[in-house]
Amino acid sequence: MAGQNCLIANDWFCGEYVRTRGQELTDATLQHVGITLVSVAIGLLVAFPLALLARRWRTFEGPVLGMTTILYTVPSLAMFSLLVPVFGLSAAVVVTGLVLYSLTILVRNILAGLAAVPEEAREAARGMGYGPIRLLFGVELPLAVPALMAGLRIATVSTVSLTTVGAIIGYGGLGNLVYEGMRSYFKAQVLTASVLCVALAVAADLLLLFVQRLLTPWARTGRRAVNRRAAEEAVVV
Amino acid sequence: MDVIGRTWDWLTTAAHWSGTDGVWHRLGEHLFLTAVCLLIACAIALPVAVLLGHLGKGGALAVNLSNAGRAVPTFAVLVLLLLSPLGTHGSWPTIIALVLFAIPPVLTNAYVGMRGVDRDMVEAARGMGMTGGQVMARVELPLAFPLIVTGVRSAAVQVVATTTLAALPGGGGLGRVITAGFRLTDTAQVVAGALLVAVLALLVEGAFVLLQRRLDPLRVRARAVRTPA
Repeated sequence: MAGQNCLIANDWFCGEYVRTRGQELTDATLQHVGITLVSVAIGLLVAFPLALLARRWRTFEGPVLGMTTILYTVPSLAMFSLLVPVFGLSAAVVVTGLVLYSLTILVRNILAGLAAVPEEAREAARGMGYGPIRLLFGVELPLAVPALMAGLRIATVSTVSLTTVGAIIGYGGLGNLVYEGMRSYFKAQVLTASVLCVALAVAADLLLLFVQRLLTPWARTGRRAVNRRAAEEAVVV
Repeated sequence: MDVIGRTWDWLTTAAHWSGTDGVWHRLGEHLFLTAVCLLIACAIALPVAVLLGHLGKGGALAVNLSNAGRAVPTFAVLVLLLLSPLGTHGSWPTIIALVLFAIPPVLTNAYVGMRGVDRDMVEAARGMGMTGGQVMARVELPLAFPLIVTGVRSAAVQVVATTTLAALPGGGGLGRVITAGFRLTDTAQVVAGALLVAVLALLVEGAFVLLQRRLDPLRVRARAVRTPA
């Protein structure tokens, strides 16, 4: 009965809430993860050709960067409201909005990563007979991975946090619980959903950091012997 | 492109601009909230960042803070503050949520700017007998100025866009134009609201770029040297 009391007293922390609404919390979390995952994946698929386009034809660089920057100044609230007439009340609204936001960060970072590739590496690859596509995937992209992953981490964390605003149309994952909790003045629901949302962002960030370390073994600095590192580098190239 | 026409009609209808729910009133609230939050955020973040940057300490704090700032949803913070005892104090929940949102970009950029100052310059200044405070005020701050303003600028633009969230729990600002339009399923009004906020954000960005040019200590000095000649 002591557990019931915290629901009646409307406490911030309530174990009983987590126990009785476990299913609701799981569903919201899954929706949150799903929306984030799809948004970032599509964002990456769109940002990549855009960045390549901006790099190949310099005239595109200004418009592409300008467009994505302007998109970033559109408030999320307006973005989601504006997309409703296009997609109806569906998750596609939130996903599209989040994809558009992620473009700003992703395009910039991919461009920065590719620009930071040393010219010597390019020259060497060309000298070895690499064509433009093999040069891109075999040399430039691996070297751009740190900047690319940094951008991906920022985009993912921002997306997790922005997904909450999707609650205005009912597709905000954990944001839905925050929104409902705001209306019904349900403290435990708001706090639990908020904490889960932050935990989700931190977990995604750590996961991507781990992936980055797997992808760039040569960047790991430590007490490792120099010849071992040279060997690793050789394997990667 | 019927929506564009209807948005234009909405924006050119005088009745939409006057009154408590009118654009002028909401714009005033929006600017007030943005300015107050930005000032408070700067008052807190700049001294801390400049001092930490001068001392060369707390780099991890500066970086982690900006990461943490991104991970915490402003909407959730706003609702949490509303349900707390602070919720009964008018605009304070909104202001606090936005200040927390604005501090990370201001602090991180100012810190990076201070650390990015050429160490040789600092050494030279010290060699000339400048005290720590003099080095900070005459060497590091002027050189870090562009990055410091960049941080404030990006915070300002983000705050302008994010202040719209205040409308969700019924606060003020241009977000109210958008939420009201959404409730009335009036697309033209939603577009008009979004347009107003985006234009305001771009104006703020432009104003800061101008301000940066006018006030940059190195440029001002360069102009002063050039003028008498």
